[in-house]
Parts: sequence; C-alpha cells; structure tokens
Amino acid sequence: MKEVIWFGRGGQGAVVAAQILAESAYLEGFKGVTSAPTFGPERRGAPVTASTRISKDPIRMFSQVEMADIAVVLDDTLLGVVDVKGRVRKGGTIIINTSCKPEDAGIDGDFDVATVDATGVALKLRLMKEGAPLINTPLLGAFAKATGIVSLENIEKALRSKLPAAAASQNFETVRAAYEGTVIKKAQG
Amino acid sequence: MKKRDENISAMCKPTVGEAGRTGDWRDLRPVIDHSKCTPFVKKKAACYLCWLYCPEAVVKAGIPVEIDLEYCKGCGICAEECPSRAITMVREGQCND
Amino acid sequence: MTDARIITGNQAAALAARLCDVQVVAAYPITPQSQLAEILSQYVESGQLRAEYVRVEGEHSAMTVCIGASTVGARVFTATSSNGLLYMHEQLHWAAGSRLPIVMCCVNRGVGAPWSIFNDQQDSLAQRDTGWVQMYCRDNQEILDTVIQAYKIAETVYAPVMVCYDGFVLSHTMMPVVTPSQAAVRKFLPPYKPHTILDANNPMTINSVLLPNQRPDSEGVLRDGYMEMRCKLQSALDKTPETIREVNRQYAEAFGRDHGGMLWTHRTEDAEVILSSMGSLAAEATVAADALREEGIRAGAVGIRVYRPFPDKEVVEVYRRAKAIILFEKSISYGYEGGLCSDLKAAFYGSGISAVIHDHVAGLGGRDVKARELVAAVKASLARSQAGERELKTTWLNCATE
Repeated sequence: MKEVIWFGRGGQGAVVAAQILAESAYLEGFKGVTSAPTFGPERRGAPVTASTRISKDPIRMFSQVEMADIAVVLDDTLLGVVDVKGRVRKGGTIIINTSCKPEDAGIDGDFDVATVDATGVALKLRLMKEGAPLINTPLLGAFAKATGIVSLENIEKALRSKLPAAAASQNFETVRAAYEGTVIKKAQG
Repeated sequence: MKKRDENISAMCKPTVGEAGRTGDWRDLRPVIDHSKCTPFVKKKAACYLCWLYCPEAVVKAGIPVEIDLEYCKGCGICAEECPSRAITMVREGQCND
Repeated sequence: MTDARIITGNQAAALAARLCDVQVVAAYPITPQSQLAEILSQYVESGQLRAEYVRVEGEHSAMTVCIGASTVGARVFTATSSNGLLYMHEQLHWAAGSRLPIVMCCVNRGVGAPWSIFNDQQDSLAQRDTGWVQMYCRDNQEILDTVIQAYKIAETVYAPVMVCYDGFVLSHTMMPVVTPSQAAVRKFLPPYKPHTILDANNPMTINSVLLPNQRPDSEGVLRDGYMEMRCKLQSALDKTPETIREVNRQYAEAFGRDHGGMLWTHRTEDAEVILSSMGSLAAEATVAADALREEGIRAGAVGIRVYRPFPDKEVVEVYRRAKAIILFEKSISYGYEGGLCSDLKAAFYGSGISAVIHDHVAGLGGRDVKARELVAAVKASLARSQAGERELKTTWLNCATE
C-alpha cells in the first residue's frame, strides 16, 4: 500500500486532488483506494491535509494516515509552518509546488524530492479559479512523473469523468505540462 | 368465542359507549322546554348551540332537539349556553324516580 | 473492472435510498450527515428521485413526519447523527411501538457535553433499548448494500431499522462502491405493504392509550393490553435474525456480495485471541489481526454487524474456542462498561465460555484509532492474562487518564 498526504491551504483543492488521484489509481487497476479530507471545519487559507491510500487489494483501514510514502505540498510556504518531513517515511518522496530546484527546496534527509512550478504552469495555461491559479491538477502530473504509480492516460480519464469536456482538456494540459516540468532529485544513498 | 387480537400495533374504532353507561354519573338532568327552543319553534335548523357546546356529543341536532340520556353526564353546559333559556337542569336520582 | 464509483459513505447512503424508491424523506441537517440530506434533496429537485422532501425544523419533527408517512403506506427515509438522534429519541420508541418499517441512517458522532462533531458510537448505542434493529457498516460498500437490505428486513418484520456508519471516517471518505442497477434493486425489493391501511371510509384511532389489562372490545374480541402489544414487538425482534440471514443470503445471490448476516468473521477458525468491534473499527481490527499473525499470534477478528437484536446464539458459536476476547468500543454505558462487552458476557452465561474478556473504550470524540494501537493493546492484554490476571478492567485506549 502507498499512502499519500496532500499538504495545502483551504481552497487550493487538496481534497479534490486526493480524490482524482484515487480515481486515477482505480482506473490504473488498484482495487483498493481511499481518499479523505481533513475531518472537521476548515477555513480558506488555513493549512489542511487530505490523504489518498492506494493498494492492489481492497482497503480495510480507515484510520488517518500517520506516515506517508509520498507527500505533495501544494504551497511551499507551508514548509515553514507544517512539519512535512515528520510525516513522510524514510526513503519517501516529497513533491513540492515551487519555483525552486529540488536542491534549493530546503528538504534534507533521506527523501526523494521533486519540484515543479505548478503555479507557473497554471498561470501560463490560464487555469484559474476566482482569480487564483489552480495548482492542484498540475500537481497530479508531477505525482505521475515522480512516482510512476499512475499514468497520464488514467489521470486524463479520471478528469474526463469528473469535469465537462472543455474543462477536462484544459486541466489535462496543465497535468502534461507539469509532468514535463517536474525535476526529481533522488535521496543521497 | 373470544377471538385473539391479531393487530401488531394499537388501533381501535370509535364506538358509542366505550367508557360505559356514563348517564349513570349524573346528579342533574337537562330538560328541554321545546316551546322556547328556536329550531322547534321555527320548524327549521337554527341555533343548535347546545349541540355545539356539548362536550359528550349526546345532543342530536334535530327537530326536536334530543339528548341521549344514556350517556349525558349532566354537566349543564347546554343549559348555560342556550340563548332562549330553554333547558333546565333538574335533580336526578330522587328516591323511587 | 466492475462499475464501481469512488464515493463517500454519505453518497453511498443517498444512492441506496434513491435505488429503493423511497417516497418521503424528512431530514434535518447535522454534521456529519448533512451531505446525505443535501444529495437526496438534489435527487428530488432534479427528478431522479420521485419523492416528497419534507422540510422540518428539527429531528424530532423529522421522525414524526416519517411516522406519519409510513403509517399511510409510504416508504420513508431519514438520517441523523449525535444530538439529532437524541432529539428524536422519544419518537424512536414511538416508531418501534407502532411497528413501522422506517429506515434511518445514523452517521455516528459523539454526543454533547462537551460538544464533538467527530466520530464515536455513543449516539446509536444509547438507542439500543428502543426496539429498533441496529446494523453497523464497516465500509461504504456495506453502507449501500445494508440500506437496501434494511428495507427488506424492516418491511418483513415490521420494525424500524437503523443503519449506522462512522461519521467522517466513512461518511466523508471516498472508496470504491459497486452500485447495482435500479432495475435489479426493484426486483430485489418488493413494494411496501403497510400493516395498517388508513381509510376514511373505515376510520380508526391509531396508538391511543392501552390499559394495563386485556379487555374485550364492542365486538367481543379480546384486545391486547399494553404489555401484550409490547411483547409482540419483542417476539418480532426475536425472529428478526432469521429474516436478516435470509435477506443477506438473497442479496448475495442477487448481487454477489455477502456481508455476513448477524456478524462476520476474519481468520477465527483457529484463533486464540479474537478482536471485536462494530463499524469501521472492525475492518481496522482485521488489519491488526493480520499483523498479529505475522508475529506468530493466532489472532482473528469478529465484526458485530447487527447489534440489535443481539446475536446471542451466533456469538457463543464464534467465540467458543478463543482464549481471549479483546473488544474495542466507541461508546460506553456510563456507570458500567461498554454495551457490547456486557451483552457478550450475558450471551456467554451458561455456555461454558470462560475466555478472558478485555473491553477497551476507544476513539471517543473522533480520536483516531490505528491498527498498530489495536495490535499493541492486544499484546498488552495477552501479556497480562498470561501472567495470571483474570479480570482485565475496561481500558481507555490512548487516553490520558488519572
């Protein structure tokens, strides 16, 4: 089983990203998927998490994810506020939306670090919502590149099942662009 | 032969006299002087305040008005409400009545 | 790949109610049930569900509307949680005493005071004496399947059924749910035949006062006193396990999914220690049992699916060979111990079962309970019982006590 924690701010779409990943993984052939939001009330802008579990067998645990195999950080300003590293297993992967390169992202330790300027991708391809760039969808592309768990094909299928055709296409463009733009730095030995 | 109750929830039908012969409860009995009773005098449906106010529904709004003494409890509300003062409450249960 | 949708527990419950062609919905929103009520109102608005959605000002009225509608022959649905369930408590007794096949989802949430919006099972456990059938779901697939089965059970035995599932943990978590077709559900579920037909041409009084003793009516039929009428409710519930097992069997035949009747087991045939719970925690317990097996401990898990009527015969059979029974309950009967624990011990009375039984209160107010904590608790209990302790008092799991 792979456990993913999405670190975002309320309103950035961490919950939806977790859902689309679950859908994509299911299409990929994983029989066990769950996605869950932070339980309880949230505010726009406050740090929130969402989680996705992916397994080849149906999932029988619904407790909260403690230590993730993969963390996706939707907003690099969270790195100063939330202990992301403390929630990722040794040897795990941390994917960050940032214009920094992996070695400058400020993550040391036994982790693979992947970075992509998802904000830049969304702005360039004009994927916006209420004046702000939608960065959750592009990060699915980064996830695919950094982990190889889901294919672009199935992310596209999942998007098409959830969004009207034009929106799905636009979203998928950002997924592809982010996939191309993701840089991965493997953990040192 | 007493049949067993097959119902699985409580239900019942309304029926006259379910609580017994409540006419036995009276100390005073209503007596109507039909010469003062408006529907009787006018020979048409009118007034019937006694029927409207009776808490036991024992007044029959006919011509003449009739009170079912099997169940009338003698509360006296009909006498109180009658605008023609046609009803008098008379002592019940005198010896050898 | 089967046609599964990745949906939350609330979505699964709403979908099930729609597939069952419910005719009246009266529900008041409360976290974490709200989305369930919202989705149903959207179904009605869009015409996908041809039902009357009655807006009420509170849960007491919600249950009252359900009672009225069910009495005139409508298939009804409602849902609530926590203090909402508590608010309708007197009407729960009324619905059961009226023998109405109402199906209600209880999205389990802790009760105030203090306030909690998070999951535990105190709300539904506190209703176990009302005469409602109570079923607990371990995942979202089971939620959908159990709501459908609930209508068949309720409409066969004429008792209301409460389908319980954990708030947030299941209600808000998405997972794959295979959804049967409307046609298949319609085939499985015959139309509701009320036991009383309200007819203006044959007026009746429903549920008036029943006196302490039986007495003949004006037609000479000996009519029940209060106690006989209530005894009929208990007799019906005594026979309900038969119906539950049969409905489960029919459902498995029609849809290919078997959720186990009164309870389900996981690796219990040769188990020395059995973990038990109700709801999603029972699923977590299977993960813990597997982990314990990896360490050489012969562990198994039992999920109590139906809490009322209590599976007293089944539990004697299933726990018979265990040396230790470790319970994890998201509720407690204050002043004593967890309800499941007491009921199990009572069921074991006279059976010869002398296993060590250790009750744990876990997860109150949404405190997360992880499989590794269950594993640690079981190992701790086993260590104590192996050291000779026979009486293991109730432990509050992962709680700062004293």
